[in-house]
Amino acid sequence: MQMPEPDRAVLARRREIAADLRRLLPPDAVIEAEEARRVYESDGLTAYRGLPMLVTLPRTTAEVSAILGYCHRHGIKIVPRGAGTSLSGGALPLEDGILVGMARFNRILEIDLDNRAVVAQPGVTNLAITEAVKGAGFYYAPDPSSQIACSIGGNVAENSGGVHCLKYGLTTNNLLGLEMVLIDGQVIRLGGKHLDSGGYDLLGIVTGSEGLLGIVTEVTVRILRRPETARALLVGFPSNISAGNCVGQVIASGIIPAGMEMMDRPAIRAAEDFVQAGYPLEAEALLIVELDGPEPEVAALIGKVAAIAESCGATSITASRDEAERLRFWAGRKAAFPAVGRISPDYYCMDGTIPRRELPRMLEEMARLSEKYGLRVANVFHAGDGNLHPLILYDANAPGELERAEAFGADILRLCVAVGGVLTGEHGVGVEKRDLMGVMFDERDLAQQQRLKCAFDAGGLMNPGKMFPTLHRCAELGRLHVHGGRLPHPDLPRF
Amino acid sequence: MFMAGGCRIPTFPGSDVPVPHFQPTDLDQLEAAIADAGADRRRLELLGNGTKRGLGKPVEADALLDLSRLHGVTLYEPEELVLTAGAGTPLHEIEALLAQRGQMLAFEPMDLGPLYGAPPRQATIGGVVACNLAGPRRPKAGAARDWFLGFTAVSGRGERFKAGSRVMKNVTGYDLPKLLAGSHGTLAALAEVTLRVHPAPDETLTLALAGLDVDRAGQAMAVALGCAHEVSGAAYLPAQLTQLSAVERLAGASATLFRLEGISASVAYRAQALEDLLREMQVPVVRLEADVSARLWREVRDLEFLQSERDAVIWRLAVPPALGAQVAQRIQRQLSSARFYLDWGGGLVWVATPTAPDAHAAAMRRAVHETGGHATLMRAPDDLRRLVSVFQPEAAPLAALSERVRAGFDPLGILNSGRMG
Repeated sequence: MQMPEPDRAVLARRREIAADLRRLLPPDAVIEAEEARRVYESDGLTAYRGLPMLVTLPRTTAEVSAILGYCHRHGIKIVPRGAGTSLSGGALPLEDGILVGMARFNRILEIDLDNRAVVAQPGVTNLAITEAVKGAGFYYAPDPSSQIACSIGGNVAENSGGVHCLKYGLTTNNLLGLEMVLIDGQVIRLGGKHLDSGGYDLLGIVTGSEGLLGIVTEVTVRILRRPETARALLVGFPSNISAGNCVGQVIASGIIPAGMEMMDRPAIRAAEDFVQAGYPLEAEALLIVELDGPEPEVAALIGKVAAIAESCGATSITASRDEAERLRFWAGRKAAFPAVGRISPDYYCMDGTIPRRELPRMLEEMARLSEKYGLRVANVFHAGDGNLHPLILYDANAPGELERAEAFGADILRLCVAVGGVLTGEHGVGVEKRDLMGVMFDERDLAQQQRLKCAFDAGGLMNPGKMFPTLHRCAELGRLHVHGGRLPHPDLPRF
Repeated sequence: MFMAGGCRIPTFPGSDVPVPHFQPTDLDQLEAAIADAGADRRRLELLGNGTKRGLGKPVEADALLDLSRLHGVTLYEPEELVLTAGAGTPLHEIEALLAQRGQMLAFEPMDLGPLYGAPPRQATIGGVVACNLAGPRRPKAGAARDWFLGFTAVSGRGERFKAGSRVMKNVTGYDLPKLLAGSHGTLAALAEVTLRVHPAPDETLTLALAGLDVDRAGQAMAVALGCAHEVSGAAYLPAQLTQLSAVERLAGASATLFRLEGISASVAYRAQALEDLLREMQVPVVRLEADVSARLWREVRDLEFLQSERDAVIWRLAVPPALGAQVAQRIQRQLSSARFYLDWGGGLVWVATPTAPDAHAAAMRRAVHETGGHATLMRAPDDLRRLVSVFQPEAAPLAALSERVRAGFDPLGILNSGRMG
């Protein structure tokens, strides 16, 4: 992975920069010792590592502002980091950059049940928000599988999803407001406890911007009342095609399940061996369909989904009778990644989204690619919203296998785009999919996105080397190439 | 020349002088139109069917760019919950198509045409998205922004570009659909939009509580939206407005409305549960069945109660929902002739008042300054909208950032120039 060439002049000033930052920040907020910096060399995408030039651990918005303002004045790169659970290398450090760790922003600032909102610092974990309002009967809907560890600030940066997105949306649909620090140290507030924006929806743009636009220092999310009841169906199918067909029919019938997860045969086996969730081992594909809401609604819809499943050729249908059984149905799915980790020394988790009906074709192609690359693949799939998580099994100690796994993964993502889907559904582009952006966007599309980046960070100091395959200077992007004699479509009649 | 072929004679508001009027029929023509305009430094006013030209500041333009012929649904896959259409496709055509398959646009876009003196049912999907409209279902289901998956557009640079996709779960690159939603045509001309759609409910029922004052209505709405009964609309109509409703049963007292949608077993169950919960309010509860309920929520959605006085200025205040009642009372204390109602469980305050030299901007902005939120001058004469900020003024660093964002799309300022300024 090619990262931007480190700036030797900045690197040469490392000690001086550290001394400057110590004057701006409390002494324990600047980390210079190599062994202490080493902790931050990687995030959830462990294949990539780098040692940050310095690490800072601010506690307040004013401290973040001081760090960014200093870096802006001196042309020093910044890499923000939440809990470091990114699966796309979003928090991969830069050798000549200052890593800004947000872990000390760990307080919930306000629980406002009347407005159904929680105000939290960005380092608070996703699950801690739900925990804080659970007693009052509320929860925070987006539930990425890393929710015990991942921070709400990181969720904002990546627009994180989870298994309940189909019904409850991603982070962006559950976010009300932000405070953030711009690269020049200025502090802005976007949104609040009200809805929508009076001007441009910058809240929507910052969400999912992967730390390239600024550093979020406060987050306001909406919370929802916990549904009265939730039940799940566990359905086995004789083929991936019949399972995929069932997913389409459930949705076409007007039902939006709270969650609809699919696993293929290798994933079913790995999960069952690991947690004994009671999955049907003879099935080629498994669906978990969760319905939540008022008791009579869930009862009626469970029946309806079961009938659809039967008409699609399901070989086994089990409805959870109590909460313990529902949780057991989920246990296998939730343990799918570590389960696959048990049957292979390493695995590489992909994250494309496709139009659902392309699933059988995708799985067929993946089987073909699996043979071509000589690597096994297991599939877990947020079937309701078309988000695939193929897990490519490899051994990093076997020469060439990591490269083969990456090439296999890139082929899968190209295929996702070819069938009308996208490179990433919830993990982000980061460094991992950066060089594939051209598969989905042409140069003009990317240039327009980068002009937006320029509006926030003209010097390109915020998290450079992530998301965009080519770094352009903002002045060059801003130039207008349209002049009298060189208009597009010279064949068209003019006004 | 793509001059107008239709029966409308294009003019700018308040003028009867015809202006150049471009009507591209495809993306190539749209791109050429904007590139040409850029080369000539000619400013364009973008419109679909022109129903919302009264929203935002009057545009300073040398020509009209009419997108109504970018027309037609190019993709609709009900089982994938996705629809793609030309920006100029009428909203009612899309809604009719969706209804055939038991689906809808969940964000319940309002029809603002009549508010601005245009006929009803003329709005285009591009305009709906560009204004980020949302109806009473907003707190539960989101606004246009939340259902806007992807687009093809031409920037003010005269360059076509695309963003987003046709799948609902996508984090590839910046979420430009969010930015274009609510940008009022100041960044790019939308050519084609892709939206996520949603199943329509089998059944709808509205509970109306009669006679609550606004404070208690605010409390009732907080209780209802904070419970598990999935209220998909919560509004408060003071007594002076219920008498304007076509739903005559509501006349004579204020009405606090709660809408429940879903399968019939669920709606019946939740209606009972919610009624039990609201019994502590000690006022009569009326149940409004599907047709009556639909009529009533259309009135709420489209501001029908506020349209009788043609000269009134109309404000839209988005505030924290629990503070809506307080904001409304404060405004009424200051402007005794103001009429208001609450939607979004109190999070949206609609105000109509006789006009004033500043259109009461100072009073409205003071009200939202204290609670957090934003106030938009939704309707006022052109000269007044030239004078006051139509949209909520932003703090200096944010305003500067927004301006840089705009310039990144339209450096020459040729698209809907001044509309959001």
